[in-house]
Amino acid sequence: MMIHYDLVVIGGGSAGLAAAISAYDQGIRKIIILEKDPYLGGILLQCIHNGFGLHQFKTEMSGPEYAEKYIEELKTRAIEYRTTAMVLKITPELEVHYSNANDGYQIIKAKAIICATGCSERTRGAISIPGDRVAGVMTAGQAQRYLNIEGYMVGKKVFILGSGDIGLIMARRMVLEGAEVLGVAEIMPYSNGLNRNIVQCLQDYHIPLYLHHTVKKIIGKERVEKIILGEVDDNFQFIPGHDKEFVIDTLLLSVGLIPSNPLLENIGIAIHPKTKGPIVDESLQTSIPGIFACGNGLHVHDLVDFVSGEGERAGIFASRYIKGELQAKQENLILEAKNGISYIMPSKINLNHVDQVLLSFRVAKPYLNVYLKVSLNGKEIKKIKKLYLLPAEMESLVLNKDILQAGTLTLEVLDA
Amino acid sequence: MRKFICIVCPKGCHLEVDDQLKVTGNSCKRGETYGISEATNPVRMVTSTVKIKSELITRLPVRTDQPIPKSRIFDVMAEINKLEVTAPVAIKDVLIANVLGLGSNIIATRTVEK
Repeated sequence: MMIHYDLVVIGGGSAGLAAAISAYDQGIRKIIILEKDPYLGGILLQCIHNGFGLHQFKTEMSGPEYAEKYIEELKTRAIEYRTTAMVLKITPELEVHYSNANDGYQIIKAKAIICATGCSERTRGAISIPGDRVAGVMTAGQAQRYLNIEGYMVGKKVFILGSGDIGLIMARRMVLEGAEVLGVAEIMPYSNGLNRNIVQCLQDYHIPLYLHHTVKKIIGKERVEKIILGEVDDNFQFIPGHDKEFVIDTLLLSVGLIPSNPLLENIGIAIHPKTKGPIVDESLQTSIPGIFACGNGLHVHDLVDFVSGEGERAGIFASRYIKGELQAKQENLILEAKNGISYIMPSKINLNHVDQVLLSFRVAKPYLNVYLKVSLNGKEIKKIKKLYLLPAEMESLVLNKDILQAGTLTLEVLDA
Repeated sequence: MRKFICIVCPKGCHLEVDDQLKVTGNSCKRGETYGISEATNPVRMVTSTVKIKSELITRLPVRTDQPIPKSRIFDVMAEINKLEVTAPVAIKDVLIANVLGLGSNIIATRTVEK
């Protein structure tokens, strides 16, 4: 038997919660959230540190508090949700197949689907660290879950590879729980984490940050016993004679996040080569009509506030689709990332659908005192001075429709 | 002369604060304020988890509700680690009032119904 809903939201984390709430507030009434974990809230529940909500709520709180704000909002609306509900597949005809212990195997026919499936961490295999295959090597987020949710200490002498925010946060967290953190290594010449985390997670606890360094070898029998850290040159080649040895029992990896989209990939939805999320238009709609994406499943964000904001927008656009207001599918403006820009989201824009466009983008390396140049069909239409642009900080830009027309829009960094 | 990286905005100016509390290297007024507070009385929020007896979860997330002096972080952690609570707990419930007389409470940051 097929069940019918207007909107199915896949994922009950920050993006999915915001998307469901905003769709409800647009007048959509039959909404269901499918969450694979036993509770709503997503990754926020293991992010017990402070600093969430500065943009959305103008105050700082921890991850679980931020999640609870949205869960409370959700519960004041007649929005259904299922937990421990694993979505097994979706189809281009907007069917959602899921199963959980209470409902068994169910098929929902939806008028629209929002994928808010989050991201996953790159692992040791993804960056091919040579050496022994031993216990004690895990991702920083995995350690965060063991420590903050399950209550297990994962090690006493820790080294962290990668200066992503989760790695920095976990460096401090492990020290506070009594571990010794011997250092954090980053292969790039700059940190990939937010500045405040460098200061408050590393400098506060005198944890050294080794820039232009990476783990050359993992050594151990059952469990990791030591690592060899190598220094690299500008071409990322090891510099002979610059190796350092660290005796450790745990190596945490914070080497990047990738949007998690097997449901979309399985039905051939086009994936963006840079973000690894689906290619979407101005309405956050994927290459299959009626399927929308938002949050870290679309592109990896640094701040949850912006995830919530994107979720809200996905909720609004999915509502418009359900009401039949987003029918024309042809895009008339293509977006191109040029010099210094790593990617722009969305990839294309149908100008008939919006009054203004919000572009999210990242730069490929750090810049100080530069201009952002926006060109339409080769002609400059906007130039914005930027004191700094950092790869660790997602940037955004709003363009009004009146300065836009069909063609190609390019974004690039210009030296001042 | 003491050196800090400013965290007021993502630019991350390298500040120098001298003994007369004169700040250099900042690009804005807020950076000066930050430099002086880091040099005179640096404070931090502390977040952690405590044991909880509950049907649903095993660790309850907690935090200070006011920043505490940076030099007392490990003392506050020691107090937090003595705690064991039993559900139900509501978000913002005070678990330790005025921890170590520092003017900050330790509060729950998650509601646990049972």
